Amino acid sequence: MTETIIGILLATLGAGTPLVYAALGELVAEKSGVLNLGVEGMMLVGAVCGFAVAADSGNLWFGVGAAIAAGAAMAALFGVLTLTFQANQVAAGLALTIFGVGLSAYIGLDYTSESLTGLQAVVIPVLSQIPIVGPLLFSLDPLLYFSFVVFAAVTWFLYRTKSGLLLRAVGESPQSAHAIGYPVIRIRYMAVLFGGAMAGLGGAYLALVYTPLWVEAMTAGRGWISLALVVFATWRPARVMVGAYLFGGVTIVQFHIQGFGVDLPSQLLSTLPYLATILVLVLISRNINTIRLNAPASLAKAYHPAA
Amino acid sequence: MSYLSPLIAVGLTLVTGLIFSILIGLNPVSAFHAFFIAPIDDLYGLGELGVKAAPLMLIAVGLAIGFRSNIWNIGAEGQLTVGAICGGGLGLYFYESESSWLLPAMIVFGAIGGMLWASIPAFLRTRFSTNEILVSLMLNYVAVLILSYLVHGPWRDPDGFNFPESRIFSDAGTLPIILAETRLHIGILLALGAVILGWVFVRKSFVGYQMQVAGMAEFAARYAGFKRNRMVWTGLLVGGGAAGVAGLCEVAGPIGQLLPSVSPGYGYAAIIVAFVGRLHPVGIMLASLLMSLLYLGGETAQMDLGLPSAITGVFQGVLLFYLLAADLFINFRLRMTQVVSVLSAKGSAS
Repeated sequence: MTETIIGILLATLGAGTPLVYAALGELVAEKSGVLNLGVEGMMLVGAVCGFAVAADSGNLWFGVGAAIAAGAAMAALFGVLTLTFQANQVAAGLALTIFGVGLSAYIGLDYTSESLTGLQAVVIPVLSQIPIVGPLLFSLDPLLYFSFVVFAAVTWFLYRTKSGLLLRAVGESPQSAHAIGYPVIRIRYMAVLFGGAMAGLGGAYLALVYTPLWVEAMTAGRGWISLALVVFATWRPARVMVGAYLFGGVTIVQFHIQGFGVDLPSQLLSTLPYLATILVLVLISRNINTIRLNAPASLAKAYHPAA
Repeated sequence: MSYLSPLIAVGLTLVTGLIFSILIGLNPVSAFHAFFIAPIDDLYGLGELGVKAAPLMLIAVGLAIGFRSNIWNIGAEGQLTVGAICGGGLGLYFYESESSWLLPAMIVFGAIGGMLWASIPAFLRTRFSTNEILVSLMLNYVAVLILSYLVHGPWRDPDGFNFPESRIFSDAGTLPIILAETRLHIGILLALGAVILGWVFVRKSFVGYQMQVAGMAEFAARYAGFKRNRMVWTGLLVGGGAAGVAGLCEVAGPIGQLLPSVSPGYGYAAIIVAFVGRLHPVGIMLASLLMSLLYLGGETAQMDLGLPSAITGVFQGVLLFYLLAADLFINFRLRMTQVVSVLSAKGSAS
C-alpha cells in the first residue's frame, strides 16, 4: 500500500512540475504588471523545440536549453507587441497562443512518431534511503529538483532583493517607478522574458521527462491552468506550488479512480482538471476583495512612459 | 483611419508568407497561386469559401458584441461544440423524421446549447466575479471531451462498425444546399442575417450603445448607471448563441453527423476575425472571407505543395500580430504629440 501511495505522490510531483514552471514564470511577469495570456503557446513551442533539439542532438540538456530559448523568444514577440507597440495585452496573448499552437504543430511534424529516453532520476545516496521521504524527495529527475530551486529563487528575488521590490513597484504603480527614474519598460521586458523562459522549460518538462514524446497540442490546456493558478495563488509563489501539486494530483487521480471501482468513462474523468480549475477560480474570486487586494494594481494596463 | 490597419496587416502577412515560401525553397508565385487563387478558381471552390466563412462570420459577429464592452468570451469553440451536441442530439433522436419542423428546431436547440454553455461563465462572472476568460476557455476542453464521450459511447451509430461517429442525420435534419454543384448551404444566409442583426444591435439599439460606452469608458458607463451585469449576460449569451448555431450548421451541413471533432478551430479563428474586422459587422464579413481563404489555402497547399495544414494557424497568428502592431502606427499618426513623448521617454530609459 505504501508503495502505491508513494507511486501516486511521485506521479503527482511529476504532473505538477510543468505547472510549477509555467505558473512561477507567469507570476513574475504579472507582478511587473504584464498579463501574458500566451502561456499555452509558449509552452507548446518550448516543448516542441526541446524535443526536436534533444532528438536531433542526442543530448537532452541541449533540448532543455533550446526550450528555454524558444519560450523566451516567443515572450520577446509578445513584449515587442505589448511593451513597445502598446498593443492590448489580452488580444496579443491570444494571438501568441494561436500562433504557438500552429507553429509548434508545424515544427513538430517530423517528430510525432519519434521517441527518446527522458531524463532519468538522480538518486541521492544515503538521503534516499530514508523511508517514505527518501524516495519522494531524494530520487527525482534533475528538472524536478531544479523546479524547487526556481521556486526558492523567485521567492527570494521578489521579497528579499531590491530588484524584486522594484519589479513589484513597477507592477503596482509604473508612474511612480518611472518618476523616480527606473526603466519601467525594460524591467517589464525582463519579467516577460523570464516568464517565457519558464513556460518553455515547463513545456520541456512535458516533452522530455513526463511523457517523453511530442504530440500536437500536448499541453492540453496546462498553460491556461497555469494562468488560473496564479490567480488562485493570489500572486504568491508558495501558493503557486501548493496549487500546482493539487492540480498534478487531480490529473493523476483520474488515472487511478477507475481502479477504486468508480465506473466513469475516461473522457468524462479527463474533464476533472478543467472543472477543478473553474471551481478554485470561483472559490478564490467569490470575495471580490481577495483579487482586488492581491492583484498587481496595474495588471494588464499598457504603460505610456510619459503619459 | 483605423480601417487602414487591417489592410496593412494583410499586406504584411502576405509579404511574410512570400519570404517564408522562399526560405523553405518554394517558388513564391506558385505558393501564392496555391494559397489564394487555386482554392477559388471554380464554382465549387467559391462555394467552399462560403462554407468556411459562414461559421466564422456567425461566431465573430456574436463575439464582437462582447469584445466591444471588454467581455472576453474565448469559449466559442466550446459553445460551438455544445450547440452541435444539443442541435445534433435532437436530429439523432428524430433520425427517421421527415418533418420540415426538424431543422428549425435543431437550429433553435443549437442556439440554446451555445447559450447554455456561455451562461456558465456569465453566471460565475456576475455572481462570483470569476474571470470569464479562464472559465470560458476551460469549458472548451470540457465540451470537446463530452462530445468525444457521446460519439464513442451512447450516441455511436449502431450500424457503424464501432467507428466513433453518430448516425447520419435524415434529409429533414440536413441543411439544404443553395448552390447546385457545391456544398454551400443555407448557413451562409444565417450568417449574413447575423451580420445585419449585429449591425442593427450595434448602431441602433440602446443596449448596444451602452456596451460601446462601457468598452470605451468603463467609469463613464458606471456613472451613467448602465447595468454591468446585464452587459456581461448579453455579451456572453449573444456570442454563445451564435457559436451554437454555427456548430449546428457544421454538423447538419458539411459534416452531416456528429464526429469526435466538429470544428477545425473556428471558435479560436473567429476571435481573430472579430479583431481583423474591427469588431464591426461589415468588417467581420470581409475578414471571415479572408480567414476562410486562409483555411482553404492551407488545404490546397497541403495537397499541392506538401505543406502541413498547421501553416494556417501560424499565419492566423501572424495576421493578428501585424494587426495589433499596425494599430500603433495608426494611433501615432493621429496623435503626433504622443509619439514624441514616448520616444523621448524611451531615450531616457535606456
